[in-house]
Amino acid sequence: MKSLAELKAIKEKTQAAVGMRQDNEDKIRILVGMATCGIAAGARPVLAALVEEVEKRNLHNVSVSQTGCIGVCQYEPVIEVVAPNEEKVTYVKVTAEKAVRIINDHIVNGNVVTEYTIGSVAK
Amino acid sequence: MRELSLNILDIVQNSISAGSPIITIKVHESTPKKSMLIEILDEGRGMSAEQVLSVTDPFFTTRTTRKVGMGVPLFKMAAEMTGGSFNINSQLGSGTGVKAEFYSEHIDMTPLGDINQTVAMLIRMNPNIDFVFERSLDEQSFTLDTRELRQILEGVPLDTPDVMAWITEFLEENDKELIGGA
Ligand SMILES: Nc1ncnc2c1ncn2[C@@H]1O[C@H](COP(=O)(O)OP(=O)(O)OP(=O)(O)O)[C@@H](O)[C@H]1O
Ligand SMILES: [Mg+2]
Repeated sequence: MKSLAELKAIKEKTQAAVGMRQDNEDKIRILVGMATCGIAAGARPVLAALVEEVEKRNLHNVSVSQTGCIGVCQYEPVIEVVAPNEEKVTYVKVTAEKAVRIINDHIVNGNVVTEYTIGSVAK
Repeated sequence: MRELSLNILDIVQNSISAGSPIITIKVHESTPKKSMLIEILDEGRGMSAEQVLSVTDPFFTTRTTRKVGMGVPLFKMAAEMTGGSFNINSQLGSGTGVKAEFYSEHIDMTPLGDINQTVAMLIRMNPNIDFVFERSLDEQSFTLDTRELRQILEGVPLDTPDVMAWITEFLEENDKELIGGA
């Protein structure tokens, strides 16, 4: 069973590593719509997949956060990628699998996954 | 919603919007009563009696300026479909409690679903809010209280990946013991 002693060890390890961490000004922000419409359409597993992938790949310059209704309920789950000096990209009808690809192609390699964007899907 | 744990996630968003510094989520299951009781308690800004009425019954309201929300009515409907009950207790300035009882063997019962993912995501996305999660099945229960974790963590944030991994495993292990041990 998970013990509080284990948590204490995590705390000590994290504190020791704290000096190595740096806050990046060049943060890429991923926003997930978490209003009723988003949650009903499947935003929770998308959020979980994004968080997991960002951590797995150690992407320190990427933050994942939640936002309210983005206003396109019929295309939920919706996520927005906001990068410095770039136009905001809105992905629609996102799934956990698509989220992983968006991290890989767009966030890591800089290629927008056009087929998942609102512009392509809404046609 | 496909899972009650999604309704819970949605109802807790209201508590977060209401500025609550601490949010309690309770899921109590009773085998003899064949019931599941879900409660969400917050210390946010609360609602007036009139507001509470208009929220639970969107047709009651005289307001025409704002679109009616869906979150509360969906949760209420999910409970009432099973023959269960739904209740909101709120006081302006002190907080809100939402309580729903479900008859879990009713044909229209929605499964609880991945409650652990709901709790983990709430903690992960709201590192400045405290969460208390209480889960029980008959006589057995467990609790996760982020205030206790913070005491041990001494300033290390809850959304640190290793801490989140600990929380997720804690929830899954206890869940397994609770449900498997029945
Ligand atoms: N815990 C709470 N504390 C204070 N006000 C609340 C609380 N829960 C609900 N309310 C009020 O009731 C309204 C309706 O809530 P509901 O969840 O049904 O819809 P909503 O949040 O407005 O929109 P959505 O459909 O995206 O959920 C909220 O906008 C808020 O004003
Ligand atoms: Mg709501």
